[in-house]
Amino acid sequence: MSPTDLAVQEQQEAARRQRVVNDFSIQVATVNGSGSQTANLVLLRSILLMGVPVSGKNMFPSNIAGLPTWYTIRASKRGYVGRKKEVDFLVAMNAETAKEDVLTLDPGAAVVYDAPLKLDALRTDLTFYPVPFDKLVGPVCPDAKLRRLVRNMIYDGILAKLLGIDMTLMEKALGKQLGKKGKAVALNQGALKAGWDYAEANFTKQDPYVIEPMSETRGKILIEGNTAAAIGCMMAGVTVVAWYPITPSSSLCESLITYMKKYRVDKETGKATFAIVQAEDEIASLGMVIGASWAGARSMTATAGPGISLMGEFAGLGYYAEAPAVIFDVQRVGPSTGLPTRTAQGDLLQTAFLSHGDTKHIMIFPSSVEECYTMSQEAFDLAEQFQTPVFVMMDLDLGMNNWMSDGFTYPDKPINRGKVLTDEVLKRIGEWGRYKDVDGDGIPYRTIPGDGMPAYFARGSGHNAKGQYSERPDDYVENMDRLARKFETARQHVPKPVIQHNPKAKIGFIAFGTSHYATEESRDQLREETKVETSYFRLRGYPFNDELAAFIDAHDRLYVIEQNRDAQLLQLMKLELTTDRIAKLRSVLHYNGLPIDARSITDDVLSQEGYEVAKKTASRMSAGTAGGE
Amino acid sequence: MATPIKVNRIGLEPQIYKGGKTTLCAGCGHNAISERIIDAFYEMGVDPRQVIKLSGIGCSSKSPAYFLGGSHGFNAVHGRMPSVGTGAMLANKKLIAIGVSGDGDTGAIGIGQFVHLMRRNLPIIYIIEDNGCYGLTKGQFSPTADLGSKLKTGVVNDLPPIDTCALAVELGATFVARSFSGDKKQLLSLLKAALAHRGTVMLDVISPCVTFNDHEGSTKSYAYVKDHDDPLEEVSFVPFFEDISVDYEPGTTQEVRMHDGSKLYLKKLEEDYDPTDRIAALKRLHETARRGEFATGLIYIEPDRDDFLEQLNLIDEPLATLPLERVRPGREALEEIMESLR
Repeated sequence: MSPTDLAVQEQQEAARRQRVVNDFSIQVATVNGSGSQTANLVLLRSILLMGVPVSGKNMFPSNIAGLPTWYTIRASKRGYVGRKKEVDFLVAMNAETAKEDVLTLDPGAAVVYDAPLKLDALRTDLTFYPVPFDKLVGPVCPDAKLRRLVRNMIYDGILAKLLGIDMTLMEKALGKQLGKKGKAVALNQGALKAGWDYAEANFTKQDPYVIEPMSETRGKILIEGNTAAAIGCMMAGVTVVAWYPITPSSSLCESLITYMKKYRVDKETGKATFAIVQAEDEIASLGMVIGASWAGARSMTATAGPGISLMGEFAGLGYYAEAPAVIFDVQRVGPSTGLPTRTAQGDLLQTAFLSHGDTKHIMIFPSSVEECYTMSQEAFDLAEQFQTPVFVMMDLDLGMNNWMSDGFTYPDKPINRGKVLTDEVLKRIGEWGRYKDVDGDGIPYRTIPGDGMPAYFARGSGHNAKGQYSERPDDYVENMDRLARKFETARQHVPKPVIQHNPKAKIGFIAFGTSHYATEESRDQLREETKVETSYFRLRGYPFNDELAAFIDAHDRLYVIEQNRDAQLLQLMKLELTTDRIAKLRSVLHYNGLPIDARSITDDVLSQEGYEVAKKTASRMSAGTAGGE
Repeated sequence: MATPIKVNRIGLEPQIYKGGKTTLCAGCGHNAISERIIDAFYEMGVDPRQVIKLSGIGCSSKSPAYFLGGSHGFNAVHGRMPSVGTGAMLANKKLIAIGVSGDGDTGAIGIGQFVHLMRRNLPIIYIIEDNGCYGLTKGQFSPTADLGSKLKTGVVNDLPPIDTCALAVELGATFVARSFSGDKKQLLSLLKAALAHRGTVMLDVISPCVTFNDHEGSTKSYAYVKDHDDPLEEVSFVPFFEDISVDYEPGTTQEVRMHDGSKLYLKKLEEDYDPTDRIAALKRLHETARRGEFATGLIYIEPDRDDFLEQLNLIDEPLATLPLERVRPGREALEEIMESLR
């Protein structure tokens, strides 16, 4: 707190003069299971209530209590909500990681820390604010058992004072977070105030970071992608849900259960207009979904990569028997216990061709919580329209982190239940065959058990257009070609890309999902810092629409940005594109378990473009939580 | 003048209940089971358009193509028919589900889904066509093969068998029975009772494989099963729609009233056996197995337990056909949710 180095003092003086307003990141380092999530969400929401665009990312271990966890909050007046690589303001509560957390900060950063950790001895180029948390928590929380949980709220009070966050808004955020738990609210309010008072009495503001009111967040909601998807599923009229718990997808089905119990119980009879079953594994989940959709229900499951692996055979059966299914894949890192709580976009290749014997699946890629909501509705329409499994490819960053968004709009369209045989259709087409391509789009008419229309025997093995068992080569080829035709039809029906075409740009970016935010920010960095112009193609669906080739043709070099090691999207593109187009493709890859950030993209692109790029230290958390299980 | 056409109580001819021509081996026990299924569904007057046929993979699982041609069917993946059946019944609780599996499809690859199906008491008739071997892959042992049973090649099974009936009783199935494909009368009565039951019916039918497991040294051959069949009782079924009263000497017959009003009359044989006593059922199964015999007939029944769909408190109409306005909450619901997130 009292730097001796004169140069540093001058630097801090300068920093104070150049205030950094609404453009910095706060990182809170705690131990998981310590109740820090409440404090972090209150801090996040209070900044939102200040009208400042904000995002929060939880970097947590696969553990219930006792391992290091980091929560990053980014305030950005320009509305950037991707992860910021640099930490500007650290709250160091965890003795185990504090030293490394401090040593990896950039000069000029500020640190609020638990006083006994004596972190101010480690660096002379940072601003330190020591706080005796244990001393402060005693008076506000007489119950010793609760102190561990209330303690964290103190740093919110400290930050409110240091950053200039309105205390009434912070209390409002606290009320929102704790709801009707009166006793908890009172305890935490006391802790908030204790923090504020301590900061007011003991600290002189020495760092440049401040929050000032803006009006950029009026009417905004804060929501996790999984919750957004759940609301979308409910609005899509889902009736059968089968799932198996797996991080990071569990909260999708769990919030769906909460909403369905509230909004989908028949008022007159008190009975459910839905069935949600926790299955014995992911294989059974997809089996139930396929059985339900074959029998006419809108059905879905949600899982992560390991579940997708297990679903392989059923996914193929869904493809060949032509049963709709909506499958959410909230992607994470690796198999078994491998970083189940870290984010990735690593399931594209396995999902695109999941199963055996020529299978191809529709995938859609939401980028935002709003798209989680709208695309889950689109997914049900696509699944029934194309009578096939549809995969909604999310990731942990999107699914489990809180994002600010405009409120969702009520669906204005009826749902599309696809081609189901009726008496009228039968009259028009004359003779019905379950797998007969009547309309030339590869999509046959189906009948549904119990609907009184002609029956058929669904199977994955060879069948002719009438749905009869057949091992005849010509029948098999005819069916395979029709399925390929159906997939071609889907090309024009999956969500279209969002393209920002810059006529001055020779470089085009292609990204999807949560890479979007870092990509947008990187484009600004490139333009402002290096005068490099780029265009941007945000992919939203597979199979690729025709727009992809046109975008490639309009640029000299294309950077495909993705969060996996093997350039999976680029590999998928290679399968379809001509060699001259493939030659233009380059990769920007990010796969350390943390959400991708703009600086990493910018540096990588500049280096590939032949610029000199100063190599920064590796992302600070890459060494974190070693040894934990 | 033409002879009057025979019809059942809903006016359908027997022909309607038939399926495609079987492609299984001549003399296969599975074909006899298919015939009994046809008879039972005809005699009970079940509307085939309300029936779904489900199966996994194997010889047994091919057989749903050979009965009830007017019903929808789904040949699922190996061992996973229970989940497909569960999904379908969730979608439409008015359907009547019959699943056909085999001893490998159930006891090996499908044991997990079998276990959880039994726990849930889903309304489904689950038949295991049990021949102790894998027919479609040419005669390997399955998990129901008895200790010491011999393959045609001379290989002897040295692992203990899974008794699917004992397992089903243990797991909470509410109707557990075993029969023999060659016992027309018992099998038909059990199948008809199965149609009257609410909840999971687990019916293990010993069904010899004439090609790979019908030789000397096999414990699932016709000859062996005929010699070692130990019926628990003589099963007679009287459906709710038939006004028949059965007279019997007190103490000689147990009457079980089923959920739909049908009645089962179980005429006691040499030993006293009560199929509503779960512990007695398990004891009896173990005792018969120790003697190298098969206890057949109704092993266990619990007629009134809530089935899975009742536990889920599902609305009376099929979920599959609920109109949009009943499955999409109104604007005020979405607004309320949005407000809670601000």
